[in-house]
Amino acid sequence: MKAPDPILTLHGLRKAFGATPALAGVDLSVEASGILALMGANGAGKSTLVNLLSGTYAPDAGRMMLRGRPFAPRSPADAARAGIATVHQSTQLAGAPGLTVADALLLDRFVAAGAPLFVSHRSVRREAAAVAARAGFDLPLDADFAAIGPADQQMVSIARALSRQASLLILDEPTASLSAREAARLFGVLEDLRARGLAIVYISHRSGDIERLADRAVVLRGGRIAADLSRPIDMSAALNAMIGRPIESLAAERRACGRVVLEAQGVVLFAGAPALDLTLRAGEVVALTGPLGAGKSRLLAAIGGAAPIAGGALRLDGRPFRPRSPGAAIAAGVVRAGPDRHRSSFVPSAWPGGSVAETISLPHLSRWFPRGFLIGDRERHAAEAAIARLHIRAAGPHARLGTLSGGNQQKVVLARWQAEPTRVLLLDEPFQGVDVGARADLIAALRAERATATLVATSDPEEALQLADRIFFMERHELTAWTYRERIVA
Amino acid sequence: MSEKPAGELDTPSALPAGPVPARAWPAVTHGIRRSGLLLLLAAMVAGFTRADPAFLHVANLMSVLQSVSVVAILAAGVTLTLAVGGFDLSIGAVAASSVMAASYAMVVWGLDALATVPMVLAFGAGVGLLNAGLIVWLRIPDLLATLAMNFLLTGLQLIPTAGRSITTGMILPSGESADGVFDPYFLAMGRARLAGVLPVPVLLMLGIAVALHVLTQHTRFGRLFYAIGGNELAARLAGAPTRGLRLCAYVISGTLASLGGLVVAARVGRGDISSGASLLLDAVAAGLIGFAVLDRRYPNVFGTVVGAIFVGVLLNGLTMLNAPYYTQDFVKGAVLVGALSLTFGLGRGSR
Repeated sequence: MKAPDPILTLHGLRKAFGATPALAGVDLSVEASGILALMGANGAGKSTLVNLLSGTYAPDAGRMMLRGRPFAPRSPADAARAGIATVHQSTQLAGAPGLTVADALLLDRFVAAGAPLFVSHRSVRREAAAVAARAGFDLPLDADFAAIGPADQQMVSIARALSRQASLLILDEPTASLSAREAARLFGVLEDLRARGLAIVYISHRSGDIERLADRAVVLRGGRIAADLSRPIDMSAALNAMIGRPIESLAAERRACGRVVLEAQGVVLFAGAPALDLTLRAGEVVALTGPLGAGKSRLLAAIGGAAPIAGGALRLDGRPFRPRSPGAAIAAGVVRAGPDRHRSSFVPSAWPGGSVAETISLPHLSRWFPRGFLIGDRERHAAEAAIARLHIRAAGPHARLGTLSGGNQQKVVLARWQAEPTRVLLLDEPFQGVDVGARADLIAALRAERATATLVATSDPEEALQLADRIFFMERHELTAWTYRERIVA
Repeated sequence: MSEKPAGELDTPSALPAGPVPARAWPAVTHGIRRSGLLLLLAAMVAGFTRADPAFLHVANLMSVLQSVSVVAILAAGVTLTLAVGGFDLSIGAVAASSVMAASYAMVVWGLDALATVPMVLAFGAGVGLLNAGLIVWLRIPDLLATLAMNFLLTGLQLIPTAGRSITTGMILPSGESADGVFDPYFLAMGRARLAGVLPVPVLLMLGIAVALHVLTQHTRFGRLFYAIGGNELAARLAGAPTRGLRLCAYVISGTLASLGGLVVAARVGRGDISSGASLLLDAVAAGLIGFAVLDRRYPNVFGTVVGAIFVGVLLNGLTMLNAPYYTQDFVKGAVLVGALSLTFGLGRGSR
């Protein structure tokens, strides 16, 4: 389904950083309307391609043609003027706390040369309403930017990008921080924009997004185009092209599980919430899915000692279990990795404690170094073992976390909690920003646990299917066992 | 306050920003950044020695170290509070009121060194405990809590003597005269020299520097201190007793500040109401210069002590060169700005 006149064509595009080629000759033409999904594992060259298109970097070799004319943007502003609008992954950058949504929509105008020094509240509101209307969005203009959800923040970014007369919209992992419902709203918006004749390049590795949206999927691997598929898109072919080898069904048949490790009986997360019952057995992986804000994180935090429960009881190995702090839960063998690894698990990469080995050892220091002094190889050996076992791509045990890709960083988080025997392992959204290959490694490592009961919260039902022996659906703080017709391969 | 680059790099291909420079240049700038302040210190020592060979004499070097010892002791404590992500602005006032407390204890109450020293150290620890209470339990921002404590103590130390300095024979507000004397053992803390060479304050400074360096770099407590400063939530979720550890940091900082005050009192031999005036900012400056030493970019005890010595060498050299006293603050400030721009500014973006 090639359209007659491509809006953008790329010829032999190359870009290297030092000795590492990020793009090794990419030829691609993008039709003037429709949604092109750009897929690829981390490091495949997706971001580099976006950065070339948005003017952040200049290519080492090759040509870009926009609407038939040579296109060589020297800066992001240059690319925006030419009609290429880029919405980056982190939506918080589109505004700031203290700004209203209307202010955030007009930020570009405020910083433009020749902008008036004084602006009236009314004129801001009027212009912002016009910007939002042009994009077809209904946004709470007077709300504080920090108070609206990530989906609305995403809309603000898109509306701003479109306000600059864009003819090509690039979206980088737009659903990474959205719940299923918010994502569905975004898809509606994108389909609407497509119907109005906008070309959209949609970068993602979520197969569900791509199946629903894309007219065409281009898969990058190792800086080259590994597959170019049209609708209906063969997802397993796309995923195979992405990692270069066929993916097997990760969650095989349901295994025989051990004895009960953790029981939740009538647990009430906060006054007025429904009572929850849940049983976890040794060696099984249980997934908890459902929209954001349904209480998945809250339940994990309560079991992990980071949040109080209002009623009911937990039992660990048959004995009453009521941890007063994460430390107490960890001491009892109930460990939890919170959502957003940078916020809940890592210190800044350049700060002391920001290496792979130090990240793994943090909860285990008192056990590994009972005399207080950090003497001996315990920490290094644990890190080396984890690097080998989980296939972590890092320069060594002392590599800084910032030099690792998202998937490898997440493996370090798992390595931390698998470094010592545990009873219950709680993981909250462990696959955020993790590519397919790393996800497969993580799932394999989780499923290899024999003595531990694993409970994973994920808002992506497909992840739950790949991962779990049993799945619960959680909505409005209520748990229901989720039945499904078939296992989806990869 | 401190620079904490977040390591959010999801794609390796996004790593290098901007144009890729030639190979050799980053290594050179990295080397300069890494050792910039140490090189500058060496250059200063060489320059001052050339101007006056007496600069390098042991006696003069000891006098440099002695002059920075109090600031270095205070700064080492501040470094610990910086490591847990806090800031202790009360140390100057703790040191000053410790000078007054020690003098009052000996001159008015007639106590000896053996009773005075533990009492004053306990006072410093108590202030640290109070700071920690305000910060950890009442959740007052650390700068505000310790700044308030700074004012409180600066005022409090004036009350017992109605604003007068403490010397033997002074007339108290009640009309009596205070007849106690400074215990000679106490004065030795500030004035004696080990083997006739090494002043006791320098010995104290070195001992504390080594102890805190080992604590922060080579023990699990230090690792946890830094983990709290880097990401308190992550430290707590990893099971660290974050409240207790932050409390420890402030107690150590307060105790070291009162130790600094004791050394000042022992050197001066009287309870001078203005003795702590510049200690706070000098100590904070040393701690912040410490970020740049070896290009660590985080608070570290070694860097802090080097930072204190750096300022001390500069001032001592200027004095030897007969620079007027009133230019000292200006030169100190200018060198700080220059040295910090050099280390923080060079090769920015190549990380």
